[in-house]
Amino acid sequence: MKLKGKVFKYGANVNTDVIIPARYLNVSEPAELARHAMEDIDADFVNNVRPGDIIMATTNFGCGSSREHAPLAIKASGVSCVIAYSFARIFFRNAINIGLPLLECAEAVDNTSSGDTLEVDLENGKIKNLSSGRTFMAKPYPDFMSELIAAGGLVEYTKKRLAHT
Amino acid sequence: MNLAEKILAAHAGKNEVAPGEFISAAVDMVLSNDITAPIAIKEFRRLGVSKVFDTSKIVMVADHFVPNKDIPSAEQAKQMREFCLEQGIKFYDVGEMGIEHVLLPEQGLVLPGDVVIGADSHTCTYGALGAFATGMGSTDIAVAMATGDIWMKVPPTIKFVYHGTLGKWVGGKDLILYTIGDIGVDGALYSAMEFTGEAIDELSMDGRFTMANMAIEAGGKAGLFHVDNKTQLYIKSRANRDYLVYEPDIDTEYARVIEYDVTFIEPQVSLPHSPANAKPVNEVDNVKIDQAVIGSCTNGRVEDLRLAAQVLKRHKVRHGVRCIIIPGSQQVYLEALSEGLIEIFIKAGAAVSTPTCGPCLGGHMGVLAEGECCISTTNRNFVGRMGSTGSEVYLANPAVAAASAVAGMIVSPDRVMK
Repeated sequence: MKLKGKVFKYGANVNTDVIIPARYLNVSEPAELARHAMEDIDADFVNNVRPGDIIMATTNFGCGSSREHAPLAIKASGVSCVIAYSFARIFFRNAINIGLPLLECAEAVDNTSSGDTLEVDLENGKIKNLSSGRTFMAKPYPDFMSELIAAGGLVEYTKKRLAHT
Repeated sequence: MNLAEKILAAHAGKNEVAPGEFISAAVDMVLSNDITAPIAIKEFRRLGVSKVFDTSKIVMVADHFVPNKDIPSAEQAKQMREFCLEQGIKFYDVGEMGIEHVLLPEQGLVLPGDVVIGADSHTCTYGALGAFATGMGSTDIAVAMATGDIWMKVPPTIKFVYHGTLGKWVGGKDLILYTIGDIGVDGALYSAMEFTGEAIDELSMDGRFTMANMAIEAGGKAGLFHVDNKTQLYIKSRANRDYLVYEPDIDTEYARVIEYDVTFIEPQVSLPHSPANAKPVNEVDNVKIDQAVIGSCTNGRVEDLRLAAQVLKRHKVRHGVRCIIIPGSQQVYLEALSEGLIEIFIKAGAAVSTPTCGPCLGGHMGVLAEGECCISTTNRNFVGRMGSTGSEVYLANPAVAAASAVAGMIVSPDRVMK
């Protein structure tokens, strides 16, 4: 699957409190959460984001709380994938479980600016910066993670597993 | 194998596991709360399973926004209550509940050698008991409630060795803030942290819970302690099922070994907006505070309240400062009451609340306005964590927070206790 969108770039340690502040966690509907996505780090994000757009960051993206509301809010805002140097582990699990693609590629992050347009091929991890013409390769997923992603997330994966037992 | 590997191997039905290996681990306890359970319940329904795998291995605790702070949060608590009733799961409701990570060990629900997963990042707290405990999201919890197992990648382990003796007013909170200050908020990313050394042997169980609680603040997957006499004494009156004590092999290898001499570590304060901005309290100059919060899953246990009371006794909270003290569970509250601590707090001018996570995450019971500054015994000081994005949070131990409430600015307890 190919994704295409404009880049919103942030720095290190973007935490779940700024991705979706706890004051909005009294509901869990993705569309409602999306209205406040990234609010405490970028108040204009929700007004500027368009379907397909891509979030980029450096190290430890999604650190902090275990709230699945964080990847849900990002996904429901229209973001097609997040590319970072590295991800916090609970956020990583949550995103894969709910079907928000994540890619680790420091080189792509270092050579992309906010506002650039990227094309991402999830099949092979190829990230093409259409603004600069440069191409980068994301770190491949371990086999087990690829299976989870291919199944469409953990619930679908588990349903198949339960059907076989 | 080290401690984390031994526990995971046993729960994966394997003789050996190695870092990086994907396993399916059987879980001994599955936890969720009033924020994360509603999504877990929804995902559980999507699995098409009618009953949870084992009602004795699942608990739900309403602690974040309770007593219900508004109508939507009341609806979330109601969903949990109804699901637990339907499934026969133990639900800790207002009046019986405590902050989950204070409550579960206290009730003997988590024990040494367990694999515990919780839809709350501070689930790592139970590592203090020699359990492998880690935070996950709601979907992971939904699947574990249905199947009784969960996929995991075996983490590499970093061993921390704390030499020397702890100084005055220095405890678990200071050791963990110092450690995070040293290695950074991603210093243990994807890793298990194993805490050892003679200073750890001296540390109380409450101090160990505080340290394990903040492993996640260094990016850690778990923070584990070895089981010793103190652990055995703690669980003796609480455990009502069998458990196994695991010990690391003597010749085992670690991804890294980091050693500290704690003798010269002073009480620590983490400045806004990162737990890694740790400094000795005496180097924090002239920071006036509007609020002090003492409590949470990090520092809401009885020893924490004793420390606060030791400082607040015969002192008054400075005019213009709100000091909010929140016992971590009903049992902690009762102990504090019978020891006379609550009376000390009220006479000092502090407000005492029923257990809740409340202010720690800017939920309720102490939300900050723009420009306000709070010293807090909680675990995170991110932008907007306790309220306005224009507010600031400083993290510290209960004695430093209490002393600061008295002085109206961040100070060492020695400055108040002359």
